[in-house]
Amino acid sequence: MFKKKTESNVDTTKDASSEDKDQPWAELGLTQDEYQLIREILNRRPTSSELAMYSVMWSEHCSYKSSKIYLRQFGQKVTDEMNKHLMVGMGENAGVVDIGEGLAVTFKVESHNHPSYIEPFQGAATGVGGIVRDILSMGARPVAVMDQLRFGAPEHPDTARVVHGVVDGISNYGNSLGLPNIGGETVFDARYQGNPLVNALAVGVLKHDDLKLAKATNPGDLVILFGARTGADGIGGVSVLASETFDDDGPSRRPAVQVGDPFAEKVLIEACMELYELDVISGIQDLGGAGISCATSELAANGDRGMEIQLRNVLLRDESLTPEEILMSESQERMMAIVNKRNLKKFEQIMNKWEVEYSILGKVLADEKLVIRWDEQEIVNVPPKTVAIDSPVYERSVEYPTWIDELNANSSESLPRETEPSEIAAQIIQIASSANQADKSWITSQYDRYVLGNTALSMPDDGGMIRVNEESGLGITMATDANGKYCQLDPYQGAKLALAEAYRNVAMTGARPRAVTNCLNFGSPENPEVMWQFKQATTGLADGCVEASIPVTGGNVSFYNQTGDVAIYPTPVVGVLGVIDDVARRIPSGWQDTGHNIYLLGTTKDELDGSAWAEVIHDHLGGKPPEVDFQKEMELADLIHGANIQGMVASAHDISEGGLAQALVESSLRFGNGARIWLGELMERDGIDLTAALFSESQARAIVSVGREDDVKFVGLCEARGVPIVRIGVTDLESSALEIQGIADIDLLELKSAHVRTLPELFS
Amino acid sequence: MKIGVITYPGTLDDRDAQRAIKLAGATPVPLWHASDDLKGIDAVVLPGGFSYGDYLRCGAIAAQAPATKEVIKKAEKGLPILGICNGFQVLVEAHLLPGGLIRNEKQHFVCRDQRLRVENSDTRWTGMFSENEEITIPLKNGEGGYIADDETLKYLEDENLIAFRYLDVNPNGSMNEIAGLSNKQGNIVGLMPHPEHAVEPGFGPDTPIATRSGIDGLRFFQSVIGQVVG
Repeated sequence: MFKKKTESNVDTTKDASSEDKDQPWAELGLTQDEYQLIREILNRRPTSSELAMYSVMWSEHCSYKSSKIYLRQFGQKVTDEMNKHLMVGMGENAGVVDIGEGLAVTFKVESHNHPSYIEPFQGAATGVGGIVRDILSMGARPVAVMDQLRFGAPEHPDTARVVHGVVDGISNYGNSLGLPNIGGETVFDARYQGNPLVNALAVGVLKHDDLKLAKATNPGDLVILFGARTGADGIGGVSVLASETFDDDGPSRRPAVQVGDPFAEKVLIEACMELYELDVISGIQDLGGAGISCATSELAANGDRGMEIQLRNVLLRDESLTPEEILMSESQERMMAIVNKRNLKKFEQIMNKWEVEYSILGKVLADEKLVIRWDEQEIVNVPPKTVAIDSPVYERSVEYPTWIDELNANSSESLPRETEPSEIAAQIIQIASSANQADKSWITSQYDRYVLGNTALSMPDDGGMIRVNEESGLGITMATDANGKYCQLDPYQGAKLALAEAYRNVAMTGARPRAVTNCLNFGSPENPEVMWQFKQATTGLADGCVEASIPVTGGNVSFYNQTGDVAIYPTPVVGVLGVIDDVARRIPSGWQDTGHNIYLLGTTKDELDGSAWAEVIHDHLGGKPPEVDFQKEMELADLIHGANIQGMVASAHDISEGGLAQALVESSLRFGNGARIWLGELMERDGIDLTAALFSESQARAIVSVGREDDVKFVGLCEARGVPIVRIGVTDLESSALEIQGIADIDLLELKSAHVRTLPELFS
Repeated sequence: MKIGVITYPGTLDDRDAQRAIKLAGATPVPLWHASDDLKGIDAVVLPGGFSYGDYLRCGAIAAQAPATKEVIKKAEKGLPILGICNGFQVLVEAHLLPGGLIRNEKQHFVCRDQRLRVENSDTRWTGMFSENEEITIPLKNGEGGYIADDETLKYLEDENLIAFRYLDVNPNGSMNEIAGLSNKQGNIVGLMPHPEHAVEPGFGPDTPIATRSGIDGLRFFQSVIGQVVG
């Protein structure tokens, strides 16, 4: 069918030095300036392999060239206090945080947005696979995953295709890996039509001593590729080069979306665990975007060394691959290890036990040069740092959006407010059954939340909690949040709000927030208004982190989420990691006991702009998002922690989208237990009307239920700490209704049916 | 008392089964699929997961593994065997239990706290339950729909070999609401739900009393210990 690659048609460094030629730099996404820069670095034209490497490593996705100048804030706006627990910060595969008892946690969110639109199942599946390998490459055992999903309008005909594919992909891959899925987000909005966001988070646990870095530091160490064979996955762009060397009747070009094999990844995890346990490797890197190009250049660059690679040694699924394609392939379930020769035997034994294929590609060089050969021919000879680290950095133009003043001026103040009790009750149900506030178990019941036996909390609780030390009970909580509507109204404030909510969610489980990760989903960086949003959001997040005294440990940026001129809402997903001394002290989110007092903590203001109420009832988005005050968030978190240590908090639930009403609905439906609620005192104290009392999305608020025996003490504690507290009701297990005085007795079965049936009706 | 837990490549719930055995008061013994050395165990658990990726029929390749073959030999001699989820599929593929398990009726993987009725408390793994006791055990599978021909179903019903039936909801479209089976001797039990995930307060299914407090699964393991030792 097609010609096997022969030596004569390989573009060598010798060729590149002796003969110039036109190269398809533009097709590979490089600018003319970037191409010139490569020529200056090499003092000749690049070979086609080198051109492929630079083009993909200097892409937005790999190099962060448009975002770098803003991401620096996360490393700069820090205090000693914030960095107290930080073991590895920005720049590595994932951040690492000390959690005590000699243990550390590594966690990260990554986007797989574009592939998940083209091929939702594989896009989402390999998103999970990729983030898990990031965690694995830090020396950690992955212990949980979460996902942050944003889809188009629920009724749009294409949405079901994406929803089904994405959920199946996560379910299929994550469940087969044996990692509990402990939470996440699902949001629907027409603004994500054609640009769904599929973000995946993974958490891993390691002993301090097991920390691994993606570095090749010891000359002579072997460079070994192991795991799945290399195939033609995800080499889309590079086909430009490959096509130059194939006959016209050659094979059709390759799929751009990678295909996942969760079984191969599960085996890879176990094999890596044994490598770490027996201290076999000196460096490790997962292969994700940019494949072997990325792994070799990063390992060498991070270790201030070089590398010598024989590309013919790569085990292939498809013998027809060209050197350029092998370098670029994004085949999944592969890792690259740096192994000292004396450990080779141990390495081989572990690979053989788990039946994992491997091949020795080359060795680490003392000099900072990356040399790649195809048989005897040298096809790459570059300084690794120029590929992996010193990519161009851009300060893209930034413009204040022309439309934003008008949007901010169009507040929710003018929207009519109901006073009729039955109409208000109907609004509560309407919001609770809207796609964004409805029960998500149609999705989450497709994920295994039990495997590994350490899940202490999972959806629909405020955060996902995992025990990490079975002896002591030490555990962690993860929560992620983002509200694209708030960010559209004000990206600076919106990013802070995402942090505030994730922080509050973690605190409501009884854990202490300790570190932050993020996944910044935006439109095109070439649009100055998008760049303004990005600048505002990163600045807001960095400032919020200083105010909350909690560090960003790493993150991911996804640009180009837009169709034509219409970008998605700026969507900075913020993940907060918390630590809890003993998961036995976790706080559940629903009412389980009768006669407990229900308290609202915090102050309610008339803040309905960008709210679920404005969206669901009035199809309105405008005005200014709620205010954020991290001092108040911290006071609330400290209060819950203090009260929980003394065993006073029977349940807690943060108040966010949908306001108090939604929090009450979720708290009663969690275990199907009723309550009697009165709002008069709250309305009088905070000077608000019924609509604001029920639906305002004011921050730094939560509802808690407290047993009678702890009542006096709890109220006293709140007053002493200056956290506003008002009793709004009492739990009543005899009642089968959420009884809101002066409004309605909302039957729990009816409420549940409305809350639960939305997603199955849309997608079953 | 030593209870083995076989790990195949792709097995996921092996550590959980080992933990459950420990909590029940016995000694878990990890066994490796490629070895026929069963290390002198008194009983064995085939745990859940996706052995060999389940790329062929679920459990089909695991049924041929050296460790499984040794287990099959000992089955006739009365070795107590518990197959959970993928382990149940292995038992069926190994013809130690009849019938087959197919993709869930709704075509989705399902994870839920499942109510079950214990229909046969006269096996090595269910002795500590009372007849018709209702219990809650987490269920999580993609291919858990039990099928068999009429003759087999009749045999299972007549001989009282249906160990567990689904209550409230039939989560995967299983015939006759079958959640688990035993053989006639009562030493072999296989079921789709995961008893090893309901053994420790705080990490099991929700109960009306408290979040994640269900530990009905513990008695599976206590049953076999009590009976083997006693």
